[in-house]
Amino acid sequence: MKVKVIVTLKNGVLDPQGKAIQQTLNGMTFDNVLEVRQGKYFDIEVNENDENKAKSQVEEMCKKLLANLVIEDYKIL
Amino acid sequence: MKSSVIIFPGSNCDRDMDVALKKFGFENQMVWHNDDEIPKSDLIVLPGGFSYGDYLRCGSIAGKSRIIKSVIDFANSGGLVLGICNGFQILTETGLLPGILQQNKYLNFICKNVFVKIKNKENKYFKNIKKEVLELHIAHNEGNYFCSNDELKSIQDNGQIAVTYCDDKGNDDENNNPNGAIKNIAGIFNKNKNILGMMPHPERMIDPFLSGEDGSLFFENLIGSM
Repeated sequence: MKVKVIVTLKNGVLDPQGKAIQQTLNGMTFDNVLEVRQGKYFDIEVNENDENKAKSQVEEMCKKLLANLVIEDYKIL
Repeated sequence: MKSSVIIFPGSNCDRDMDVALKKFGFENQMVWHNDDEIPKSDLIVLPGGFSYGDYLRCGSIAGKSRIIKSVIDFANSGGLVLGICNGFQILTETGLLPGILQQNKYLNFICKNVFVKIKNKENKYFKNIKKEVLELHIAHNEGNYFCSNDELKSIQDNGQIAVTYCDDKGNDDENNNPNGAIKNIAGIFNKNKNILGMMPHPERMIDPFLSGEDGSLFFENLIGSM
């Protein structure tokens, strides 16, 4: 089955890329954009039919590799 | 003294490090990332570069490579492990050093000489260096050191800050911070001070004609204190 994961920076962690995107959007007449936070999206195909098992495996992957918990949070969709 | 430099796909300061280590008397060997074991060594160096193309996060893939288990075992048994630039990023990704190196605050790749202040000399890396401020070279896009407030307090309390960015007089304030690093941190130790990670490249400052010699002071002290 396929598991989708989103990794985002934690609140309060500086996101220079998000800031640059926000400023560019503001300059493109989207002047009502107040903040942009950039993250990562993973589509993971696991050879496992049991949804709970697959998700718990992906949770391990998030903790060990996909996210760095010092600055990032992950969400399994 | 024997040293080992680990080569990852995308490492590009490995040979500079090899030259520097040999110049100051180390018997250096190059070790491939896909090997299982590191030959007997007194020092392991993780060199600068762009291991695995900086995919996912800088140093994250190298931090899970086959050789890393031996590096971690060596470090945990008290062996000296030095990570420069990408090597520093790898050390934080393995958890051997706290925190993480984020993208530079102003999104630019920085390549220039900087001054760093030595904050702790009670360790083998800086013990007998007479100077307080060294001129070294940095070249990175992700050198913005970050950690949580609790972690920062613990790093400060344990004397784990190794070097901070400063001016030629040693003022390590916000005006002399090239990349946004918290407290101007350019390099840190683990608690036992046998592991050092730092963004500046001492191996680029070992030639009086081409660069400067403050890197020489670093290597001379290192081999002298082992």
